[in-house]
Amino acid sequence: MADAAEALLRLNGVYTDIGRYQILYGVDLSVQRGRVTMLLGRNGAGKTTTLRTIMALWKARAGAITFDGRSIAGMETPDIARLGIAYVPENMGIFGKLTVRENMLLATGAQGFAKDHLDRVLAFFPALKLKWEAAAGSLSGGQKQMLAIGRAIVEPRRLLLVDEPTKGLSPAMVDQLVEALLRMKKEQTTILLVEQNFRVALAMGDDVAVMDQGRIVHSGSTAALGNDDELQQRLLGLSMAVGA
Amino acid sequence: MSKEWQERLQYWAPYAVTPLLVLAVLPAMGFTAWVTLTVAGFTMGMMLFLVASGLTLIFGLMEVLNFAHAAFVTVGAYVTVSVLRPLGGWTADPSLTLNLAALLVALVAAAAASALGYVFERIIIRQVYGAPLRQILITIGALTVIEQLVIVVWGPEAIPLPKPASLRGSIFLGASSIETYRLFALFVGLAVAAAMHLVLTRTRIGLVVRAGVEDREMVQALGYRIRRVFVGVFIAGTALAGMGGMMWGQYQTLVTSQIGDGMIILVFIILIIGGLGSVGGCFIGAILVGLTSNYVGFLAPKLALGSNILLMALILLWRPRGLFPVAGH
Repeated sequence: MADAAEALLRLNGVYTDIGRYQILYGVDLSVQRGRVTMLLGRNGAGKTTTLRTIMALWKARAGAITFDGRSIAGMETPDIARLGIAYVPENMGIFGKLTVRENMLLATGAQGFAKDHLDRVLAFFPALKLKWEAAAGSLSGGQKQMLAIGRAIVEPRRLLLVDEPTKGLSPAMVDQLVEALLRMKKEQTTILLVEQNFRVALAMGDDVAVMDQGRIVHSGSTAALGNDDELQQRLLGLSMAVGA
Repeated sequence: MSKEWQERLQYWAPYAVTPLLVLAVLPAMGFTAWVTLTVAGFTMGMMLFLVASGLTLIFGLMEVLNFAHAAFVTVGAYVTVSVLRPLGGWTADPSLTLNLAALLVALVAAAAASALGYVFERIIIRQVYGAPLRQILITIGALTVIEQLVIVVWGPEAIPLPKPASLRGSIFLGASSIETYRLFALFVGLAVAAAMHLVLTRTRIGLVVRAGVEDREMVQALGYRIRRVFVGVFIAGTALAGMGGMMWGQYQTLVTSQIGDGMIILVFIILIIGGLGSVGGCFIGAILVGLTSNYVGFLAPKLALGSNILLMALILLWRPRGLFPVAGH
C-alpha cells in the first residue's frame, strides 16, 4: 500500500457502537488518492459499519477520521457529503417513487445537471438514458445499482464509498458494472469499495484491507493477496485456486 | 389474468375507489340529494385535506406523530374570530371584493398557526425525535395545554363566526341546492392542492421532501440537511392547519375550543387510508372521508359516527398499508 501520508481518507482507532453492541474495535484504514481500495471480510466483519461511520450515519464513539487532512469525526452527514464524498449504500438508496431523472437531479447542485458530467454518466450506463422518465422503483436490480452509482458520480466527487455493488446481480450485470467501475478507475477516481465477490475485488482493487471482528487484520496490495492462496485462505476462507 | 394486467389493476384500483363510491350510492338516493351530498362531501374533503396534508408530510419526513396538530386548527379558528371581528363591516357588506379582502386579512390565522408551529417544533418536537411513545404523550399533553390557553385568551363560550355575506345562501343546480360557501371552500381546497402539487413536483425543495419521505438517511447522504427541511414542512403544515381552522370555523359558523379535536380523528383516518406520508393518498383519503360522512349521514344517520372507521377498516383489509403506501412507512 502507498505511503499513508498520501491518504485522502484515514481512519485511526475508530470505535463504533450500534445501540448496546460494539461493532468496530479500533479500525485503522487509509485510502490513497486516485486508487481503488477494496474492503473485504466475512459477513458481520464490520465493513458496512465502517462506511456508515465515515458518513456519520452511525457516530464513532472514539477515534479519528480525516479527509484530505481535515477531521470529519463529529461532523454531520450532509456536511461530510458536501466535502465531495459520495456514498452508495448496500440497499442502493434509490428513491423508488421518483423518476431516474429526479434521482440523479437530487445529487446535483442548485444549477442542475452539467451536460458533460451527465453525458459521462450516461456513457457509463446507457440503460439509464432509456429509462430516464421511468419510476426508479420499476427498474431491475442491476439498473438500480447503475442508477445508484451514476447518481454518485453525476457531480465531480473526491471519494466514492460503495457498499457491495454486485450483491444479488446476475453475472452479466456484474460484468457490466465492473466494466463501468474499471472505466472510473482509469479516470483516477478514488474509491473505497466493499465487496464480497473476490473475483471482482481482484479485477478492481489496487489496495486491499481485510476486516474481521470489527478490526482491520490485513492491509496491502490486492495483487499480493491474489497471489497468496494461503493468505486468502486464512483471511477470507477461500482460495482463488479453488474458486477459479 | 396475466401478471402485467394484475400489476396494472393493482396500480389503478385505488384511483377507482372514489368514482365507484360516488356512482354506487346514486341508486340509493334521488339525483337531487346525490348532487348536493356529493358537492358537500368534496367540500368537507377539501377542508380536511388542508389539515391532513401537512400532518402526513410531517409524519412521512421524520415519523413524528403530532397529535397537537389539532391545536393549530383551533388557534387558526380563534385568530380568525379576532381578525374578522373589527372587520365586521367588510364581512357583512354584500360586496364580494370586500368579503374576499377580509378573508385575505384572515390568513393572519395561518401565519399565527405557523409561528406557533415553529416555536412548538423548537421546544417540544425537537426533544422527541425517534421516540414514538414520548411523541404521543407529549403532543397529547401539549394539545390539552394549548386548548386551555385558548380558553384563557378567548373564554370558554362558543363564539359565532359568520360567513362573509356574499358567501352565504345557496345556488341551484337544477333542483339541487348547493351552499355558496361550500363551492368557495371547494375552490380554495383545490387551489391549495394544486399549489402543493406544483411545489412538490416542480421545485427542488419539493423533490427533496418527496425523497425524504422515502429515505431521509439517503437524502442526508446526498448533502441535504433534512432537519431544516422538516422545520420548513412543519411550519407549512401548521399554517395549512390554521387555514383549515379558519375555513372550518366559518363553515360551522361557530368556534369552540374543541374545534380541532373534532377534526383530528378524521384527519388520522385520512392519513391511514391514504398511506402514511403520501400527499396524493391524503387527497383521495380526504375526499373519501368527506363523501362517506355525507352519504352515510343521509342514508343511515345512526351509522354516521362510525362510518369512517368502517371505511378505514375495509380499506386496510384490502390494502394494509393504505391506498398509496410510501416505502419505509
